[in-house]
Amino acid sequence: MRALRAGRLTYAVLGVFTLGSLFPLVWTAIAASRNSTRLARTPPPFWFGGNLGRNLSVAWTDANMGTALLNTVIVAGTVAAGTVVFSTLAGFAFARLRFRGSRVLLALVVGTMLIPPQLSVVPLYMLIAELSWTDRLQAVVLPTLVSAFGVFFMRQYLAQALPAELVEAARTDGASSLRIVWHVVFPVARPAMAVLGMLTFVMAWNDFFWPIVALTQNGSPTVQVALTGLGRGYVPDQSVIMAGALLGTLPLLLVFLLFGRQIVGGIMQGAVKG
Amino acid sequence: MTDETAVLSPSPARTARKGEGEGRRQVWRSRRYRWDVRFGPYAFVAPFFLFFAAFGLFPLLYTGWAALHQVELTDPDSMTWVGLKNFTRLWDDEFFWNALRNTVTIGLLSTVPQLLIALGLAHLLNYRLRGSAFFRVAVLTPYATSVAAATLVFVLLFGRDYGMVNWALSGLGFGPVDWQNGPLASQVAVSTIVVWRWTGYNALIYLAAMQAVPAELYESAELDGASRWRQFLHVTVPSLRPTIFFTCVVSTIGATQLFGEPLLFNGGAAATGGSDHQFQTLGLYLYEQGWVNLHLGRASAIAWAMFLILLLIAGAARLLRGRGEAR
Repeated sequence: MRALRAGRLTYAVLGVFTLGSLFPLVWTAIAASRNSTRLARTPPPFWFGGNLGRNLSVAWTDANMGTALLNTVIVAGTVAAGTVVFSTLAGFAFARLRFRGSRVLLALVVGTMLIPPQLSVVPLYMLIAELSWTDRLQAVVLPTLVSAFGVFFMRQYLAQALPAELVEAARTDGASSLRIVWHVVFPVARPAMAVLGMLTFVMAWNDFFWPIVALTQNGSPTVQVALTGLGRGYVPDQSVIMAGALLGTLPLLLVFLLFGRQIVGGIMQGAVKG
Repeated sequence: MTDETAVLSPSPARTARKGEGEGRRQVWRSRRYRWDVRFGPYAFVAPFFLFFAAFGLFPLLYTGWAALHQVELTDPDSMTWVGLKNFTRLWDDEFFWNALRNTVTIGLLSTVPQLLIALGLAHLLNYRLRGSAFFRVAVLTPYATSVAAATLVFVLLFGRDYGMVNWALSGLGFGPVDWQNGPLASQVAVSTIVVWRWTGYNALIYLAAMQAVPAELYESAELDGASRWRQFLHVTVPSLRPTIFFTCVVSTIGATQLFGEPLLFNGGAAATGGSDHQFQTLGLYLYEQGWVNLHLGRASAIAWAMFLILLLIAGAARLLRGRGEAR
């Protein structure tokens, strides 16, 4: 690692990048605070108007955003919790337990990462139609409850953070595997579990293709399904559409505001080892 | 495996000293212990493989089976065997080839600038910065924005009559661009959304790799009188080669899957990818065939075609990589 001190030009260019990254989001809020007539005029608005409250409430009720937000919290929360627990268990087994076929199985896990989920979407739809799960939340929770990336991420973390002697000492004391997981693995893995949980939450929140197929706008939509409904002209008012987009993004921005540094750390950590 | 037998089986003397019942309990306990050691690991990895088998592997294989049938969305239970008809149909389908071309163009237009900009951005973030945490979180924010929210905003920004992009262009003296209907313009616009969402993410991955480059490499390059730019080209980039390869793979897979952006960039979010299919991607075409035209068999055939294309790309990448390493 090398760290040269940054000059003014560096700060200027980074400032441009920051502006470019944040501007579309800020402008979403600006457009959401205007009305559709103002948005159909040049030059486009650069500052907030007084319509934000009205647009948010229309989006909340007419576009089903209230239900959608609640549903998405449930879905993303369950998926994140499931992924974290299952990934930690499997990651621990791959990192510190010896069993026949472990190398092959780990290679399989990594291999599944390269299979794009879109390829399975047709039979998956037939499956949930068969089970009468269409438009029910388990249809989007169960297929994404485990993640190969998560298993690999936890394995890499535990292989380095969990001393083998610690596990062996617990074994010597006669602790069962479950006790070891509860009293040794979980405490050590906690930071990585938190990062994986946040990354998974963000991914599940933004999952798009499958929810569009499995859920409907008027039944039990996730945020992405409700926003697609808005894009389909469900509410033909651009400022309301922007208010919906704002509602659907704000919770995640909040997570970012609170845990941004940890999420950045998690992505960088996953990158070096991946 | 060595510790388990040594530590766990109770010594014979001890068992004998205790009563019969106690001994049996000991035997039972040690047997349970051995089971735990032998099968525990499988129990821990089982949830992943069970869920993957049910919701990943089975559907993937079944896609191949469904592709050989005529299946309608309205009645998924009745399947009629049609052999390779879905595939031959696809071969003669101009919309399929159109979608394939668009996927390649949009893939290049989004992946190449995205990774190049990310590399430069990572280089800047690697300087000793005041407020480096702020910059890192800021450039990652688009990653937290969903495809839907981002696309809906960009639709307005790229509006032909009142959009901010055209307003800015007219200030520079360029005529209004029809970002919706122009074939190339619409693909540039769709690619812009992808670039906006993923550049910061890739920059952080490059940054992590840059921080792992040993400082001595730069010091010796400095001694040789290499300029900053030459150091970047001859030290940073070669050290990052595995990471660059990794991001190329991930972005390529992402590009072949592109769906949300072209769906929502279209007015009314119809799955056609524009009035003239000018930005319809393979993912979008799959969706249109399956869930708009209700032909699940044809949709499966498209899915398998996409899979084959990915395999071809992977094969080509392997060849290229092998040659690069041989040199």
